[in-house]
Amino acid sequence: MPRASAWRWKTWPARGIPARPEAWLLTAARRVLGHRARHAQVRNVAATALAQLAEEAQSNPAGATPDHRLNLLFVCAHPAIDPAIQAPLMLQAVLGLDAARIAACFLVPPAAMGQRLVRAKAKIRDAGIGFALPAPADLPPRLDGVLRAIYAAYGTGWDEAFAAESRHVGLAEEAVWLARLVVALLPDAAEAKGLLALMLHCEARRPARRDGSGAFVPLARQDTARWDRPMMEEAEALLREAARAATPGRLQLEAAIQSVHAERTATGRTDWQAIVALYGLLAQLSPTVGVQVARAAALAEAGDPAPSLALLDALAATDYQPWWACRARALTLLGRRAEAQAAFRHAAGLSTDPAVRTWLLAQAEA
Amino acid sequence: MQYMILFNETARDFALRSDPTRAPAHMGAWAAYIDAMAKAGIIVHGNGLMPPETGTIVRVRNGVRSLQDGALQDGALQDGAVQDGPYADSKEQVGGYFILEVPDLDTALEWAARSPSASYASTEVRPVMPPMPQ
Repeated sequence: MPRASAWRWKTWPARGIPARPEAWLLTAARRVLGHRARHAQVRNVAATALAQLAEEAQSNPAGATPDHRLNLLFVCAHPAIDPAIQAPLMLQAVLGLDAARIAACFLVPPAAMGQRLVRAKAKIRDAGIGFALPAPADLPPRLDGVLRAIYAAYGTGWDEAFAAESRHVGLAEEAVWLARLVVALLPDAAEAKGLLALMLHCEARRPARRDGSGAFVPLARQDTARWDRPMMEEAEALLREAARAATPGRLQLEAAIQSVHAERTATGRTDWQAIVALYGLLAQLSPTVGVQVARAAALAEAGDPAPSLALLDALAATDYQPWWACRARALTLLGRRAEAQAAFRHAAGLSTDPAVRTWLLAQAEA
Repeated sequence: MQYMILFNETARDFALRSDPTRAPAHMGAWAAYIDAMAKAGIIVHGNGLMPPETGTIVRVRNGVRSLQDGALQDGALQDGAVQDGPYADSKEQVGGYFILEVPDLDTALEWAARSPSASYASTEVRPVMPPMPQ
């Protein structure tokens, strides 16, 4: 039995403007941005909205933007809210997606996602989370939450970009759209530019991630002619702008790593030493399992498979598919064929993407 | 918590098992998936099932036992006579199952998403009913 307050929140959109301003803003944002065809159309609307926002930003020297979507993003990414529900909340509040579609994006049953969204909204109201933008001093950590949630949504979209069912398609674009919004609203936020640059570099390579028959193509084998040049150029420009602020951060470093990969279009080779150095810095800032495994992968490609394997052994992330794939690669480079085959098979067993699974099993047989 | 994950497959997917050129890749994907679950230590029990045409459906109505070939749709039975024809190729049937011991639904869904059938047909996750109170 849901609590009455939770139920009331759910019915607000149907009952018109309620007394509480944050609810009105949520409804207003949904009305402005929701209830319209998505994908192709969203780009046009977004472009118009962003042009308007840029004008507004320039005519507001104090930086007090009247756009409520930024407030909404900060409310959704408040530290008091479960991080796992932050990106879904943003998608609902700012992009107007319904719970069923968000549930499909995050591989959660629709009823469960609906309940979590209702709980999170009840929490926003019951905990009295303010609707004002954070004070300048509080902005960096709070912005980090906004960016992290967008990044999480993008990661989900990236993994599912080639899913046979179209329900996942579009989440990556929506995450890019949210990042564009944050960059437009907070032009001084270097990390926001870093995130957008990172995502654009990844998006640029999307056409090369599968061959004509739909088979997985690993990064090293991708045809750089199929990478999207304008998108990479936009990413590079953003990264240069971000660098001017001289406030390096995790996302700018990740974008810089993508930038090194992008250089292959010009040089025909990948500077793995540069990538290892960047991952070293990144691991100091953000020693997550994902970063450590990627660092181990870079070490192996840079010609150091033994330290790569040692790093992986220390992590022992045995439920993490990339850990097994990376381990298989390092073992291959070390000539430990039987162990490499077992690791490729294990990585295949943990894959959700059939094309990746097929590729890994082929490596195990090779 | 225990969940049953049910792998659903179509007649075409079942046929892959005995397709000389495609069976190795098909069964290899399944073997890799099941090994990964075994190594994670979450399997309580599980099996693949022989195809539906090897199955038999039993019904007892008014004390009369009727049997039906598992390859036929379970349409209305009248006086023991099967009314519907063979399965359409697109109809999904259970091709295997596992009982998993995992902390929560999200973990069970994560494993279900890794099953090959999730990509080509469907995989269902059902919580195992707790024991009935005595």
